[in-house]
Amino acid sequence: MLAQRDSFGETIVDLCDLDPRVVLLDGDLANSTKSDKLASARPDRFFMMGIAEQNLVGVAAGMASVGLKPWVASFAAFIATRDLDQIRVVVAQPKLNVRFAAHYSGILTGYTGRTHQVVNDIAIMRSLPNMVVVAPCDAVEARAAMFALNDYEGPVYLRLTRDPAGVVTAADHRFELGHALLLREGSDIGLISTGGQTLRVLDAAETLERDNISAMVLHVPTIKPLDVDAVVAAAAATRCILTCEEHSVFGGLGGAVAEVLCERQPTRMQRLGLRDVDGESGPNDALIEKYGLSSAHVVKAAKELWSSL
Amino acid sequence: MTVDELQRLGNDIRRHVLRAVHHAGAGHIGGVFSAADMLAALYFSELRIDPQRPHLESRDRFILSKGHCGIGLYAVLAMRGYFPVDELFTFDAIDSRLQGHPDMTKLPGLDMSTGSLGQGLSPGVGMALGARFLHSDFQTWVMIGDGETQEGQIWEAAFTAARYQLANLTAILDWNHLQQFGWPTSQGYAGVARRDPTESPAQKWRAFGWNVIECDGHDVADFRRACDRARRTLDRPTLILARTIKGKGISFMENDYTWHSRPISDEDLAAALGELDRADEPQRTRVERS
Repeated sequence: MLAQRDSFGETIVDLCDLDPRVVLLDGDLANSTKSDKLASARPDRFFMMGIAEQNLVGVAAGMASVGLKPWVASFAAFIATRDLDQIRVVVAQPKLNVRFAAHYSGILTGYTGRTHQVVNDIAIMRSLPNMVVVAPCDAVEARAAMFALNDYEGPVYLRLTRDPAGVVTAADHRFELGHALLLREGSDIGLISTGGQTLRVLDAAETLERDNISAMVLHVPTIKPLDVDAVVAAAAATRCILTCEEHSVFGGLGGAVAEVLCERQPTRMQRLGLRDVDGESGPNDALIEKYGLSSAHVVKAAKELWSSL
Repeated sequence: MTVDELQRLGNDIRRHVLRAVHHAGAGHIGGVFSAADMLAALYFSELRIDPQRPHLESRDRFILSKGHCGIGLYAVLAMRGYFPVDELFTFDAIDSRLQGHPDMTKLPGLDMSTGSLGQGLSPGVGMALGARFLHSDFQTWVMIGDGETQEGQIWEAAFTAARYQLANLTAILDWNHLQQFGWPTSQGYAGVARRDPTESPAQKWRAFGWNVIECDGHDVADFRRACDRARRTLDRPTLILARTIKGKGISFMENDYTWHSRPISDEDLAAALGELDRADEPQRTRVERS
């Protein structure tokens, strides 16, 4: 079990060691985002910006414009919604090299309630021209993604999760921006997922196999640019598609896949995610259960879709 | 360059802007004219820049946070040789590099994209922090409008700049006393008079930890002295509080909020250009004699 935020804290230190132009801007959440590791290890690379998220983004844009490679570490809810205008005007439109480490994404945020949860950040960020959107499935993929993104020129939204979770990515995994990963072959139903939800989808695929439904699992860590060919191939190789994400069913991965399939490979599909609701406070297990994100929910949705064919 | 020459360049900016806005059929004039003399002084005297090398890493940075006055910045950039002066007539046209608000991806010489008010000072903080990090001695200058200091982000940036003691950052507040529509006076919304967008700005910026230098934003010599004092301030960021007049230089535009943004008729264009010519006459004579 590893937490993506712990991986983030270690990797940002390594990136600073590797690249003299990497810096991090903190919105007074360093002990939540684990950027405090950098504050201790490389205080010259760590810039506390206070509880002032709009300024945080503008400062990062200014640093990027003079050749630095700033990471902005805050909560996904603040970055994607409070900072939207700043990101739009001084980062995305001028294509500046700012990386947003969007911590505490989704609803598994450690008893915060819905003010600190965001269920539509993928939809918002993916609709911004020039913005790249990445949601790793585990701590190892998060680290690999950070190294890969360091070589990318342009703005990136990296969606990270808070709590320890299983790891399915091999330790030597090389992240390729824009590439989906086929984690499991299958011929009946294609399960397409992103972020931490992929782990629950893999569990569901095993259960489905035992019930004689062959489920493919396509993990999509880069939601934008979407690996269109992999999505179309998944639809062509199976009889129906179920998208799964810890996000609203509006405009996120499900929306992106539906857009592609209706144009390229019309396919019977269903979207699993939050259905036009916010989250709330509660233990992770209870939240996953109540908001329909558990492996059992994935299995149930897959079986309903399969039996409706 | 002499003060008289700079003063005349300010009016050249006004001429270019009047013609470009007239040609485009729309555009901001009032807030450009309050800033014009300072833009001339900055680009022809104060900024360490090289128009032949607009991307030089060691150049001074300038951000026009009041991005709706972009046409004034384009005019001075063209006059300084960043691009042909004739291109000013493409302002706001399709495929033009001269967008309604400055777009740094399109035109050389623009150090930041601006237009959404209140956002320009923060990238200035980032550039100043970046200069310190890179051990570079360039200065960062940000011109902000008095209206946009109503935006909270300005004060987030002001707080942060003071906390980091960013002496290599100078903000210039174009205090022209009007904004697009404005707040009512004791006479309500009658006429073109409005309550000042900001009150006691010097006190506010000092309270945030800034070095405040007041000057007349239309007196180039006074403004240059303020810039010099800003550069020589080594322990904190400086705010140059420039007292200006919206629509400065054109009798029927001065202190009239409706000239914030509007088309200009053929008659008004001719009258305005005539006023500028008459204003420059004694100076031109003086320069020719010397």
